[in-house]
Amino acid sequence: MSIEPARPDDFPVIRTVGLSGMLVTFADRLTEAANRATLAFRSVVEHSLVEGVIETSTSLASVYVRFDPSLVSHSTIQGWLEGLLTKQNWYGADLPEGRRLWRVPTVYGTDLAPQLAEAADAAGMSEAQAIDNLSATRVRVLTIGFGPGQPYLGTLDEMWDLPRQTGLTPQVPAGALVLAIRQLVLFSITTPTGWRHVGQTGFKLFQPGAAQPFALTAGDELQFDPVSKPDFLRLRDSDPDFGGATAQDILT
Amino acid sequence: MSGLRVRRVGPVVSVQDLGRPGYLSRGVAQGGVADTTALYEGAALLGQSPALAALEMGGMGGEFEALTPLRIALTGAPMVASIDGAALTWNSSCRLEVGQVLSIGAARKGVYGYLHVGGGFDSDEHLGARSVHMAAGLGQPVQTGEVLKVGADLDGETGLVLAAEPRFEGGEVRIVESFQSALFSPETRLRLGETEFRRGQRANRMGVELTCDGPPFQAENQLNILSEVITPGDVQMTGDGKPFVLLRECQTTGGYPRIGTVLPCDLPKVAQAPAGSDLKLKWVTLEEGLEANRRYEVELKALPRSCQPMVRNPAGLPDLLSYQLVGGVVSAFADPFEKES
Repeated sequence: MSIEPARPDDFPVIRTVGLSGMLVTFADRLTEAANRATLAFRSVVEHSLVEGVIETSTSLASVYVRFDPSLVSHSTIQGWLEGLLTKQNWYGADLPEGRRLWRVPTVYGTDLAPQLAEAADAAGMSEAQAIDNLSATRVRVLTIGFGPGQPYLGTLDEMWDLPRQTGLTPQVPAGALVLAIRQLVLFSITTPTGWRHVGQTGFKLFQPGAAQPFALTAGDELQFDPVSKPDFLRLRDSDPDFGGATAQDILT
Repeated sequence: MSGLRVRRVGPVVSVQDLGRPGYLSRGVAQGGVADTTALYEGAALLGQSPALAALEMGGMGGEFEALTPLRIALTGAPMVASIDGAALTWNSSCRLEVGQVLSIGAARKGVYGYLHVGGGFDSDEHLGARSVHMAAGLGQPVQTGEVLKVGADLDGETGLVLAAEPRFEGGEVRIVESFQSALFSPETRLRLGETEFRRGQRANRMGVELTCDGPPFQAENQLNILSEVITPGDVQMTGDGKPFVLLRECQTTGGYPRIGTVLPCDLPKVAQAPAGSDLKLKWVTLEEGLEANRRYEVELKALPRSCQPMVRNPAGLPDLLSYQLVGGVVSAFADPFEKES
């Protein structure tokens, strides 16, 4: 028997996005229940689409619906979403089926990931403690976004609730593992970021020419196993697409 | 093979179309042309579908040699252009014969110029579209020596000209509130609408920086906001409260708060604003925004009917008396600030 997760006050809430979108938000901070609600609600939205909807997506705690306002009105979209929201307690929904666990060889710190020391210090740990903690944590793909096939991963322990930097790091490479606000992101592209670069992997999350161009789906889980820099370089050379990362099904 | 050989090319030249909707949940933005209006104008001048791909040229074009006879049209930021040394009128269509060299130089105003060909550029598709999306690793910018393949042309008229919607010198753009606007105080939102911005030095297909005098635009608790969906036109504040207007090649989600969203119909004006030009953000209601965008879509559909036969400069015509010079044609492309040469 499980306890029904509580709905946060004032949520879910429906708001407009620009001229042609609507956003259903389940919480203003990331919680396990809000992320489950988000993944489950989008799946129902996708199965009951109304005419004029162009596409849908999820962020950590919100479902986005993009539509063509010349084909369907804001009030029709709002009414449809309100109707779906009343169907069940979305905060108690199950995670999607067919999820996978990825184990990803990762070099923590060194010149390849120069902000580990800074992040560990901000979290009140030594570098060794930080590596132990991060590599022992199995994180879930909470959502995909910002770059092609790129996951937001969580949730890390409380001490990793670090704000983003005020300035941007001009460039971190694809495969970079970066950290902020109790989450990790594994970058699929080379990009500027306000998150701290704590690890480096050789995992290509987006392989444009491949039959399956996107490696991860929301709900998959990852564990970042520590390897030495020489081992990392060797894996990257011998397995250029995955850097030694392997997947297995999560049995439910 | 129908096509153009690239003899020389600027650094930011790529094939673009209307983009690839449908991959938002995979983290891939729709992307596509920075100036949507220009794509529709080129399609109208060539009497073809706006879904065909064109060449987007940031700041400057290049030199292109015709390997087969082609119809071409030039739209967007006006650039210095000629065929085998003979000057071309911007925002018009013409023929390019085998071996002729089309030269497109620097933008005279605006940022992105467009070269359209009859049949559209037939480059490889990536995730269902030809739009190059460099940040996502989809396709590559055009390189010197490359041959740009061109699709089958249904053929049709050339020698048409179109009045370009003025959008190459900054100006006022309209903005609506979005889901994060309330994170900013009413005073901050009001101040945004009253501020004289300039387009900053940092700009690319993902977004453009706005600079101004005065304090930054901060949201409450700005550094701890959950990452949320981003849409083109969003006015995003970085950690230090500097506004960027995000364009169609923006990321799909991000943690910096957005104070509002520029209307899709006004986004070409932002993309085309040259560095240092004045920009102003004017708040409008959702209803006003929807109406403005609806009118814009009607205007885009009406563009083919607005094409006119080109008025030629009589001094350049070898046999003046053989031309019919009297007619109901308006000079749609004349720039009142430039002297006739």
